[in-house]
Amino acid sequence: MSAVAGALARGRTSSARPSVLTVWRWELNKLRFLKRTYLGLGLSVIVPIIFAVAVHFRHAQHGDFAFATYLDKSGLALPLVILLFGAVWMFPLITALVAGDIFASEDHNGTLKTVLTRSLERWQIFAGKTLAATTYAIVAILLNGTVSVIAGTLESGFNPLQSLSGQIVSAPHALGLVYVALLIYLIPIGTVVCIGLLLSSLTHNSAAAVVGTLMISLLFQLIGVLPGMGGAQPYLLSTQFNAWQGLLRQPIDWAPIVQAVWVCAIYGLSALAAAFLVFVRRDVAGG
Amino acid sequence: MSTATAAAPPRTGAGAPPLEVRGLVKLYGSLAAVNGVDLTIEPGDVYGYLGPNGAGKTTSLRMMLGLIRPTAGSVRLFGRDPWASVRALDGVAGFVEAPAFYPYLSGRRNLELLAAYDGDGASGRIDRALDTVELADRQRDRVGGYSHGMRQRLGIAAALLREPQLLLLDEPTTGLDPGGMRDMRVLVRRLAQEGITIMLSSHLLVEVEEVCNRVGIVQQGKLLYEGEIAALKRSAGSLHALRTTDDARAVAICRAQAGIGDVHQRDGRIWFTAEQDEAVAGLSRALVEGGALISALEPQSARLEDLFFSLTEGADSGGEVDEVEVEPLAEAVP
Repeated sequence: MSAVAGALARGRTSSARPSVLTVWRWELNKLRFLKRTYLGLGLSVIVPIIFAVAVHFRHAQHGDFAFATYLDKSGLALPLVILLFGAVWMFPLITALVAGDIFASEDHNGTLKTVLTRSLERWQIFAGKTLAATTYAIVAILLNGTVSVIAGTLESGFNPLQSLSGQIVSAPHALGLVYVALLIYLIPIGTVVCIGLLLSSLTHNSAAAVVGTLMISLLFQLIGVLPGMGGAQPYLLSTQFNAWQGLLRQPIDWAPIVQAVWVCAIYGLSALAAAFLVFVRRDVAGG
Repeated sequence: MSTATAAAPPRTGAGAPPLEVRGLVKLYGSLAAVNGVDLTIEPGDVYGYLGPNGAGKTTSLRMMLGLIRPTAGSVRLFGRDPWASVRALDGVAGFVEAPAFYPYLSGRRNLELLAAYDGDGASGRIDRALDTVELADRQRDRVGGYSHGMRQRLGIAAALLREPQLLLLDEPTTGLDPGGMRDMRVLVRRLAQEGITIMLSSHLLVEVEEVCNRVGIVQQGKLLYEGEIAALKRSAGSLHALRTTDDARAVAICRAQAGIGDVHQRDGRIWFTAEQDEAVAGLSRALVEGGALISALEPQSARLEDLFFSLTEGADSGGEVDEVEVEPLAEAVP
């Protein structure tokens, strides 16, 4: 302890302080130790493999939705089919597993008071956690896309793909389009992250936040199929999950992509702002 | 006693004390968890924040650390407001309730995370902090497998990473076995000897009496007393136990004697308090002259426990708390 006394005598001379990136790095580090991380990433990996196996053993005509008929002609159809399939519950669930937990788990462990009494402002902790949840979502989507491409290619070959307009797109070009489609898919996923963060900071309960995020996502889907709600369709979050299909038209249809950007920005930034205010202003009386 | 500064505004700048609280209030609806607390902790103090469960100690500490926002009043740590910027916590560390860590990380990795959140070279102090709290052998184990006592010690280690000049500890011995409580008290004394100012909240009177030099006694959110423990004992008057050859006569003589008070019989002895030693000498003479010969006369040091109950139970019953004749109570008790 004499060293402590020495340090007191020296005073705190260094001005090195932690930053948002410090929080981001440690949040990602913590995710390595959580089962839910591997549950989400595992889901991202296993679903494309299951699809590829199903394609292998199924000889009848596939479904009538976009690219389904092309599954056994080009492996590059598989990632696109999974983007369609995953929008309903899979990707919102994978995203919510981390975003819905990232604040609530601090309450659960009682560690919020621990980290808030260090040298970081609350906004820095909020920003770091938001970046970490977003990073996880990006990794999960890109991992899913990559595994889908590999599994699809192994099953159906690295072949040209027919676009939604009917033109044949070369395999390398189609591969590029798949990855751009994944990036566009991240726009509504980002909104799901924001909703998860809001529920996580509001409820202080991980299970409630994860399930709540999934329920909101499903609610948008439900509203979309209700009779008489056709006018609301372009403004629903669920619709924005299909914006990437504009890429698969010749020429590229940018309208749904632009629509997705601003619709998702309205939902996402509203949720993020609310989450920020709740987190920064809250009394930490429990955790 | 520090009541002279009780109404003064908080000091700022280089001369600011480690902790200064003025008019602190926290309301939950109509319930006042903390109700107008003023207290000051000077450099080098080991300050006991005493009160029964539910008195508002933890709520006060949460406000002092910037975890909850006061309804009214101010907290200043070395003159800085913890709600204005986290920089107010520079040189300050501690924990409220039980220290909490990520159970799935090892003790060391928890400290690495917290050191990263501290910056300022804190990661270089991890080994020293682990040695100080004697957790070096278990540093690689997950915190989820730690005992309560080990977590308490890890909490101290986490605090030491910040090179604190002020440590705020909330019930640091709660839940520990007797050995753990002793070790924690030894550790707190060692840290105090190193020059760290310490505030520890507790409802364990023996602990506070053993470790602290100053005390704030809080009851139902209100500060009843603040000052040195020694001064509190002195101002309570010196307690004496008496045995004589004729106790009935002796009691009458005691009650009639100037400077002698609170005369009562218990456990076969006569108990009284004396304002000064001269009053005891005068009583001895009066007893001999009155025919009640002294067989034993023993001065008893007042215990903090007795004074605490005199203060808090007096406040509870709505009676006059200054029955223990503590001078500042007239100011401190509403």
